[in-house]
Amino acid sequence: MIKVSGLTKDYGARRAIHNLNFDAQQGEIVGFLGPNGAGKTTTLRILTGYMPPTDGEAIVAGYDVVEESLEVRKRVGYLPETVPLYTDMVVFDYLKFMGDLRKIPNVGARVDEVLDMVGLTDRANGYIGNLSKGMRQRVGLAQALMHRPEVLILDEPTIGLDPSQVVEVRALIREIGKDRTVLLSTHLLNEAQNICDRVLIINKGKIVAEDTTENLQARLIGAERVILRVRGESDDLAATIKKVKGVQGVETKSDGTVEFEFASGKDVRPEVAKQVINAGYDLLELRPLGMSLEEIFLELTGSDSKKK
Amino acid sequence: MRNIWTIAKREYDNYFNSPIAYVVAFAILLVLGIIFGLNVFFFTQNAFQNFGSAPDVSAITGAFVFMLVLSVPALTMRLVSEETRMGTMELLLTAPVRDAELIIGKWLGAFLFLLSLIAVTLVYPIILNNLVSPGIDLRVLLSAYLGVILLSSAFLGIGVGISATFSNQIAAFFITLITFVFLWWLVGFPASVVPVGGGVFTYLDMKSHFYNTLNVGVIQLGDLVYYISITALGLFVGTTAIEIRRWR
Repeated sequence: MIKVSGLTKDYGARRAIHNLNFDAQQGEIVGFLGPNGAGKTTTLRILTGYMPPTDGEAIVAGYDVVEESLEVRKRVGYLPETVPLYTDMVVFDYLKFMGDLRKIPNVGARVDEVLDMVGLTDRANGYIGNLSKGMRQRVGLAQALMHRPEVLILDEPTIGLDPSQVVEVRALIREIGKDRTVLLSTHLLNEAQNICDRVLIINKGKIVAEDTTENLQARLIGAERVILRVRGESDDLAATIKKVKGVQGVETKSDGTVEFEFASGKDVRPEVAKQVINAGYDLLELRPLGMSLEEIFLELTGSDSKKK
Repeated sequence: MRNIWTIAKREYDNYFNSPIAYVVAFAILLVLGIIFGLNVFFFTQNAFQNFGSAPDVSAITGAFVFMLVLSVPALTMRLVSEETRMGTMELLLTAPVRDAELIIGKWLGAFLFLLSLIAVTLVYPIILNNLVSPGIDLRVLLSAYLGVILLSSAFLGIGVGISATFSNQIAAFFITLITFVFLWWLVGFPASVVPVGGGVFTYLDMKSHFYNTLNVGVIQLGDLVYYISITALGLFVGTTAIEIRRWR
């Protein structure tokens, strides 16, 4: 649904994005992750036909974003970073206006439907100017959903929402992502981890990593690290675990827990658990210490800047 | 085409939510009302003393276009620049709408608003028609109102073009006003000074196509072409400004 090759954009002398290549399939939620100024918004703006790239090519929903911009725009729903709203309009009229621009038949009924999806039915006749930031964000999302787009492009979709709304909006995005393509940008790592099937990490205009969230973690760690906690004394615990084949890097922490590693794919946890229990300990916790996306992110973007 | 109408309709409705539109409408109607009242007063006085001519609408329409010079910048300044400021430009530029449709829609919305205002002023000729026997000169009425409509179109064309070029409303307002002042008062001035080629300046002069012809009942193709060309030029400038903004 989205295919990007060699995409480059210059703002004057500054190169905002450099030779981006990626794609996204139907029914896939792809996260675009990166620090501020990494080129996320620029890329999304090119994909929505807002502005043309300096170089390279982008195909969205089967059409070239430069040559067949109008066809692309018909098929894309877009929520920009600054939610574009006419504050002096009533929510219903605003959505109707957007629906009319997209030539939706029976637009009134569709507005009601979309308002229900984002949970704003009771504010349909309120002025947008009187809505809270979270509600405005949802009106923006409603606008992007009006024409049942094949591709949904969301720039920081959960920014400014309160925690329960974040959960709702993420659930909504996941629901939409089941049969359509969603490309969303975020600088929240747990958000990417939470909703995205695949993550593109972008820094300084270049993609530094691209994989599923699980694979990204596995790829960077190589070995899996596990934390083990027992009730009471744990003096000889390390020695007990070391006996198990495949266990490496055993380390006793000051709080009495023990950490160890095993090579990816060779899960030794069941064996370790048996040994610990047979040795007479009360096993409380045996938990993988997966590297969080945060750490991956810092590793990728941090090491990149160190090289320079 | 439907996109133009959708955008025009929103713009038209929007005028009725904006204080500026009411201020402009009020100012125009108030000034025209005073001028109309004074006119009727002097015409009747003259008529009692058996001189003067029969009243017609040219005094009203003549004052109307003058008011347009001053008020159209206020009506057009925010048309496009406001979208840029509010971030809604991103919405319109990523909607399946051509840049030209956007600009024409904006212009049409403002034009429909002015047409509504023009329709309200028709009350003066109607009153006048009832005061005068055997009624006012309908040819002058039609031609003068055609002139007002064409001038509105041209003024709004220029205004929309400038509003699309500048992202700041105040800048758009003053540059539109300066352009009008130039085309209305200044550009025709060299015609009386230069020895040859003065006709060019007279042709460019916006008011020369109105006061001497349309407002006194003379409809010439040249005048119609002039105003329509100015409108088209303004809309073309506006569309180009949007396109340039994309590529920047």
